[in-house]
Amino acid sequence: MPHNHPETELHNPQSTKPPLDPHLKALENEAIHIFREVAAEFERPVMLYSIGKDSSVLLHLARKAFYPGRVPFPLLHVDTGWKFQEMIAFRDEMVEKYDLDLVVHTNPRGAKENVTPFSHGSALYTDIMKTEALRQALDAGRYDAAFGGARRDEEASRAKERIYSFRTPDHRWDPRNQRPELWNLYNGMIRKGESVRAFPLSNWTEVDIWRYIQAEEIPIVPLYFAKKRPIVERDGMMILAEDPRLELLPGEMKREEVIRFRTLGCFPLTGAIRSSATTLDAIISELETATVSERQGRAIDRDQSGSMEKKKREGYF
Amino acid sequence: MTAPAIANAALDDATAVAAYPAQEPVRATRDSRPLRLITCGSVDDGKSTLIGRLLWDTKAVKEDQAATLQRDSNGKQNDLGLPDFALLLDGLQAEREQGITIDVAYRYFSTDKRSFIVADTPGHEQYTRNMATGASTADLAVLLVDARVGLLEQTRRHATIATLMGIRQFVLAVNKIDLTNYDRARFEQISHEFKELALSLGVRQVTAIPVSALKGENVVYDGRASMPWYDGPTLIEVLELATTRSAQTVGFRLPVQRVSRPGESFRGYQGTVAGGSVKPGDSVVILPSGMVANVTKIVTFDLVRNAAVAGDAVTLVLDRQVDVSRGDVIAAIDSQPMTGLAFDAQLVALQPEGIQPGKRYWLKSGSRRQRVQVQPASQLDLKTGKWNHADELPMNAIGKVHLVFDEQAIFDAYEQNRTTGAFILIDPDTNNTVAGGMITAKRAALGGIHAEESRVILSLPADLADQLMATELFAGRREDVEIRRVTAGKAAEIIDTIDG
Repeated sequence: MPHNHPETELHNPQSTKPPLDPHLKALENEAIHIFREVAAEFERPVMLYSIGKDSSVLLHLARKAFYPGRVPFPLLHVDTGWKFQEMIAFRDEMVEKYDLDLVVHTNPRGAKENVTPFSHGSALYTDIMKTEALRQALDAGRYDAAFGGARRDEEASRAKERIYSFRTPDHRWDPRNQRPELWNLYNGMIRKGESVRAFPLSNWTEVDIWRYIQAEEIPIVPLYFAKKRPIVERDGMMILAEDPRLELLPGEMKREEVIRFRTLGCFPLTGAIRSSATTLDAIISELETATVSERQGRAIDRDQSGSMEKKKREGYF
Repeated sequence: MTAPAIANAALDDATAVAAYPAQEPVRATRDSRPLRLITCGSVDDGKSTLIGRLLWDTKAVKEDQAATLQRDSNGKQNDLGLPDFALLLDGLQAEREQGITIDVAYRYFSTDKRSFIVADTPGHEQYTRNMATGASTADLAVLLVDARVGLLEQTRRHATIATLMGIRQFVLAVNKIDLTNYDRARFEQISHEFKELALSLGVRQVTAIPVSALKGENVVYDGRASMPWYDGPTLIEVLELATTRSAQTVGFRLPVQRVSRPGESFRGYQGTVAGGSVKPGDSVVILPSGMVANVTKIVTFDLVRNAAVAGDAVTLVLDRQVDVSRGDVIAAIDSQPMTGLAFDAQLVALQPEGIQPGKRYWLKSGSRRQRVQVQPASQLDLKTGKWNHADELPMNAIGKVHLVFDEQAIFDAYEQNRTTGAFILIDPDTNNTVAGGMITAKRAALGGIHAEESRVILSLPADLADQLMATELFAGRREDVEIRRVTAGKAAEIIDTIDG
């Protein structure tokens, strides 16, 4: 059945909104251009959806790129089983609200062997439940292009990513032999089994993301806003203590603090920050004076220098 | 203030447009477009250190990153007790092991006045392709030279590639000036030499700055204490005042990326405006078919707009059923791109196999991909600046070539439009990107391989071209005559190329 006529499609005319400033507008145009290019050049694109703020921006841009049509590819959520509960609820709400196709994949081996961040440590857990799971899901869907929300300002090896990042049939990234990428002319030619990861947000910074969320009124998971929440302190991080699977270790105490999250991953591996920022304005001004980087709260980056690159070579996003 | 619920209504009604301001509001300084710059120069001239210093002194390095940096540069601290800044940039394991930059790193930083995207590009000749990658989108190039060593062939190569790619603003950072005891004469000699090179490349905007990236002199903070003889700007001052490339060029262009057909009643052509502007009511031509139509609507997610300008990603709706598909170009009817089967171009060979004469490559330009044969004509000798005859182009060569197509190709000269004048070559055997190129002119004929076109090409000064195009007489002779705008000084050169 053909989709709704565009004329009758639910759409919020946001005509009272001021136009985007030229900087955000340029970033938006670039991202839309990339979305359209990938959708036109590849047979089976998919968009990685991790439910975080970058994913929310990515989704919004995808909707813009293909309007008045609907998003012409599915969203893929690699669910480790250890996401924040609020994230899953938010995901399902978005899928419903925007009429999206969602594919959820969890590594069956991990589920069977009961791989958890506690029993296996963050590195092995991430390898099995994220990297391996992602490779399984991409193979199962025979996807030849996968959109991701990675930004070059996040981490040193991400700063080296192309916008079209070429992957071998076993999903490997060779950072020493990337295709040259000139102007906005992206080379999408691949052989069967090979794929490309496409990063429409490459040139965005963390502050750009927040300013765009504000300007475009993009819905995000409420965990980004400060609120009194139960936490325990572990390995120098404040971990959200609302999931019954989180067992307190000897000496640990659950307590309430006004916190928020600057980045969202698996709850046992994501540290909260003390903050009273309950609005986007407050978040942005907090960021502009922040003295630590965004990924400071992510345990998986800390294992060793270069650990992100290693994970990426093996197929992590 | 503005009409509510206008978007839905306007989609039904070609005449309704939302109250979208045709002109962007006056920008606040911090909101202007970021300046995109590259740093280039030879190996060990200190590029990574310079950018590390820029990031450090503009407070773009956060506490946890600084702690990691201190840890990673364990034992490598310099005598100033500062960490090894290059490690901020060389994020790959192999780069750290070898102490060199292999691939472009993009970094983001800002001052109170402006934000910047800097591409730190490799100095090694074998990674020239990555330097070209960075240069293709940059507004400005910072060329580093080691004050003790002076200009090298690699400096010339990078300056030349940057110029070919349209960069017209250069900063010459004469680095490690502290290691020459702040020798003014040495600085002036190198600046003079570089300015001569820049002039020969046609670049007039060069700022030379004596710098110690390591000590942070004349980067963000001035180096007056050590160099009282230098009273020019610091690097950051130059960057704050530099101009961004203008995407505005003569003649509306929209390379069609996708046809949007969400339902029976809607057909739109999606793409990014690559030059000029368009508004509902404008007549456009679809190339290569040559069919003509009028624009009825410019659709975006938020609003039906009353104009779209270069850089805008939009969806166009036309007033009649015409055959338009991906790869076509929708263009202004009174200022069309060149179409033809043979063109001249300059290119940079990016892969070890070079460019093979007669080999058929894929060429991608805009959203159009087609087969092309490449005939090398000459190669630039970086030592002498002369173009020598060449039958093939090895890796890293800068060459002039003839492009021969099987079917109509659509281009502008790169000088006139950086989007529709640029292309990449893809090797069909490896799928790798093997060259980046820039169109210089259309070729009327090529050795009798293809039938000669009957169109006459006139290269005229821009004002004269405008006048002629405005006349009734000319409007009827579009098929026969092609008029190209040139600046007065360029006319002779372009005519030479056409003849040659």
